[in-house]
Amino acid sequence: MGLGHLASRALLRSSRLGASKPSHHLLRRTVVSTPELHNSEAAAAEAQPEPDLPKRTPVAGARVHFPNPDDAIEVFVDGYPVKIPKGMTVLQACEVAGVDIPRFCYHDRLSIAGNCRMCLVEVEKSPKPVASCAMPALPGMKIKTDTPIAKKAREGVMEFLLMNHPLDCPICDQGGECDLQDQSMAFGSDRGRFTETKRSVVDKNLGPLVKTVMTRCIQCTRCVRFATEIAGVQDLGVLGRGSGEEIGTYVENLMTSELSGNVIDICPVGALTSKPFAFKARNWELKGTESIDVSDAVGSNIRIDSRGPEVMRILPRLNEDINEEWISDKTRFFYDGLKRQRLNDPMIRGADGRFKTVSWRDALAVVAEVIHQVKPEEIVGVAGKLSDAESMMALKDFLNKMGSNNIWCEGNGPNPNADLRSGYIMNTSISGLEKADAFLLVGTQPRVEAAMVNARIRKTVRATNAKVGYVGPSADFNYDHEHLGTGPEALTELAEGRHPFYSTLSNAKNPVIIIGAGIFGRDDKDAILAVTEKIAKNINAVRPDWNGLNVLLLNAAQAASLDLGLVPESEKSIESAKFVYLMGADDENVDKLPEDAFVVYQGHHGDKGVYRANVILPASAFSEKEGTYANTEGCAQTTVPAVPTVGDARDDWKIIRALSEVAGVNLPYDSLGAIRARIGTVAPNLLQVEEREPAVFSSVSLRPDVKGTIGKAPFGSVVENFYMTDAISRASKIMAQCSALLLKK
Amino acid sequence: MLGRLASQRLREIRQVFRQLPQVSRSFSTALNYHLDSPDNNPDLPWEFTDANKEKAKEIISHYPSNYKQSAVIPLLDLAQQQHGGWLPVSAMNHVAKVIEVAPIRVYEVATFYSMFNRTKVGKYHLLVCGTTPCMIRGSREIEDALLKHLGVKRNEVTKDGLFSVGEMECMGSCVNAPMITVADYSNGSEGYTYNYYEDLTPKKVVEIVEAFRRGEKPPHGTQSPGRINSGPEGGNTTLLGEPKAPPCRDLDAC
Repeated sequence: MGLGHLASRALLRSSRLGASKPSHHLLRRTVVSTPELHNSEAAAAEAQPEPDLPKRTPVAGARVHFPNPDDAIEVFVDGYPVKIPKGMTVLQACEVAGVDIPRFCYHDRLSIAGNCRMCLVEVEKSPKPVASCAMPALPGMKIKTDTPIAKKAREGVMEFLLMNHPLDCPICDQGGECDLQDQSMAFGSDRGRFTETKRSVVDKNLGPLVKTVMTRCIQCTRCVRFATEIAGVQDLGVLGRGSGEEIGTYVENLMTSELSGNVIDICPVGALTSKPFAFKARNWELKGTESIDVSDAVGSNIRIDSRGPEVMRILPRLNEDINEEWISDKTRFFYDGLKRQRLNDPMIRGADGRFKTVSWRDALAVVAEVIHQVKPEEIVGVAGKLSDAESMMALKDFLNKMGSNNIWCEGNGPNPNADLRSGYIMNTSISGLEKADAFLLVGTQPRVEAAMVNARIRKTVRATNAKVGYVGPSADFNYDHEHLGTGPEALTELAEGRHPFYSTLSNAKNPVIIIGAGIFGRDDKDAILAVTEKIAKNINAVRPDWNGLNVLLLNAAQAASLDLGLVPESEKSIESAKFVYLMGADDENVDKLPEDAFVVYQGHHGDKGVYRANVILPASAFSEKEGTYANTEGCAQTTVPAVPTVGDARDDWKIIRALSEVAGVNLPYDSLGAIRARIGTVAPNLLQVEEREPAVFSSVSLRPDVKGTIGKAPFGSVVENFYMTDAISRASKIMAQCSALLLKK
Repeated sequence: MLGRLASQRLREIRQVFRQLPQVSRSFSTALNYHLDSPDNNPDLPWEFTDANKEKAKEIISHYPSNYKQSAVIPLLDLAQQQHGGWLPVSAMNHVAKVIEVAPIRVYEVATFYSMFNRTKVGKYHLLVCGTTPCMIRGSREIEDALLKHLGVKRNEVTKDGLFSVGEMECMGSCVNAPMITVADYSNGSEGYTYNYYEDLTPKKVVEIVEAFRRGEKPPHGTQSPGRINSGPEGGNTTLLGEPKAPPCRDLDAC
């Protein structure tokens, strides 16, 4: 045994020596002008397969999904074998193998342009380096990413890119997070050979959000592709040719997209930067806090970058299920509202109608005294659209202990129905919309109500040519749609199968109906829901494997408030109220309030709700507290404090907890853990953080028959001004500029 | 002696300075962005004439119905002929409407090709070839003579609106260098011609311009009296007899 083993090993070694080294030189075609690069020792060493390479982790969590296991192919990246599905590019294969390829023009979510040439790699048997982003990986391909040829090729590309790139990194806002800066550290030279004058390009005016310094542009065309493909506004283009090529709009044209801020993130250089953030801070001075957006019901994942007590900017965070890697302009730029109009001290309105600053003790004592003087049914509580689940739980418990159950969340209408969870959440889930092949939008304009949901619908429409039918007032869509009518009568026609669009819906495999939360305010809400459910039943939209009947909510607090059962006892309670507790509620109509009603406003902004308030209790904003929010698809997520609270403000639930003690009805929790335990007894799904819990029952079969009839009134548009929907965005100067400039059209 | 050297050096230095403004050359007639002006702004109405509408329909019919945008270059060319040699932004918008794409997609094409003029040109747009063979044969002098004769700068239109001078790259008539092209927009898209005038001298090019000013159509092609097309002056000097058959093995033998 020993002998045979030795002999075979000797044979193996001699054959390997004989075969690999000398023949390597002879067989390889050398086409490049520097043949010495080819037979360097590094290349020779690599030819020998190393059996036990260390396990590598994919770059940036690159996921491999095999739609069909038979389609898997094997390629070798730097000698490391990796299995990938057919159709992946060389660059993606390298990412799976844990090799990060430098790139400028390539972006996961955009079409492939292949024009920056930075991702050049060497592929065995290919006469010249190949652009890995545009090259499909083929079975058995031997990709080499760190050979002298690949490095030299990239160095050449980098030298050309830097030729016309200004040397203004010290005054560039991208400094420190610039792809070109980073990659020039690896592939750049410390001197250039370019002796002529650099070109300069006229800056373009893209509006109040995006600052342009077009001389820095390297023509990767990511922004052009983003605008065309994701945002759906064909404004940007590549103009001119050769050294005169530039990115622009040709005619002066502001970028009127609700997603325009994302071009700041995808720009690999400092050509497109944030205008409000310009010259404010360097990215290495900022503290990033991973949090959740509350400006709409999508719950986009964001990173709040702060310096000291100030929120400096907001960036998106990757979440494939919710916002992918985009956020809307409101999410990104409303942060400056957190610095303006803030309530920082408890205040009581004096006899002269002016507010006077008081201590917390006095303010709470006054509120507790008044609440005991009114009858329990005259107590009303309204939670605002930015409220977190904890504070809504505390408010409901407190008012219940005071004997009142007149509590609701604004935006849910006078008579919300919280009986079935499937009746108010997006059952398909946001990422599930991609499987749909027909949409029916009922009274909702997702572009302004939930920009990220709209981006998802647009993605689906582009990918699968899904048909979109829309019932509602004429609205701005950035994909092909069919306007079926303005009022509910179109729904009746659809339910009876008389409408021409009905065949599209009934022939669809995965039809999706999205009802806007705007109908919650209508008197014939139940009848409209019933007729929509009838459509859903007819087109088979609700099946065990697919639930296509959705409600698109408007506000961050809505889903959690309905989960917690914030349903008022009587519809007209506000007209007879004597004590009103507005917890950040600014859009509730307080005109109907009796003159002598006592109004407590607890919130973080001096907005509409304050005008009528008798007592102001300052609370913390979403960036300053830990709170649970459920988004429109019912996924609970938590915010994390990024900055300290302003002045003497406190967290919402703590204020109510303190008030309950002063009022003599102690709430049985005094820590966040305890109040979450209490939430767990009411709505356990709110404790499943970052995990979407689908609704168990579908409302289609369980809802009782509705008696009401459908009204004639057409659907209204719920969001008049996309840039100003809540207290924070109304206080924001940037949002004011946006609504002045961008809504003119 | 020293004085002569000094004056020669001075001449050299002057020469260098004279060439400096030519460092950044733009071949297109306009900027890569649009500035509103009274005769070029998106609010001006623009449409194909009835005759050209038929032509446009014919052009679009060459392409599959779902690839209408392929017709962008011929349609822009047609629009340019109709509009006296240049494309106002409203013409580009109209083309975008005809082929059902966003206007920016048309602007991209129009700015890419330097033969699409986005500022006003004369009725006779004279394009001097500036590529190496013509340059060696004196195209700079041709251009200087034209500019001096017409009293304009490059890409500027004469006061009477008749002429403008531009530069373009090789048109393949190098054997007859130097040459200019005259794009004749004086008769709309029906009478549109695009002719080469070759074997030019500064004197001849001025004569050609004057002929155009008089409304004549001077014969295009080579301007050298001794030449026929690209043939040598004074008749052939080589290849006089029948060409010899190529040396070849005897195919019948095998």
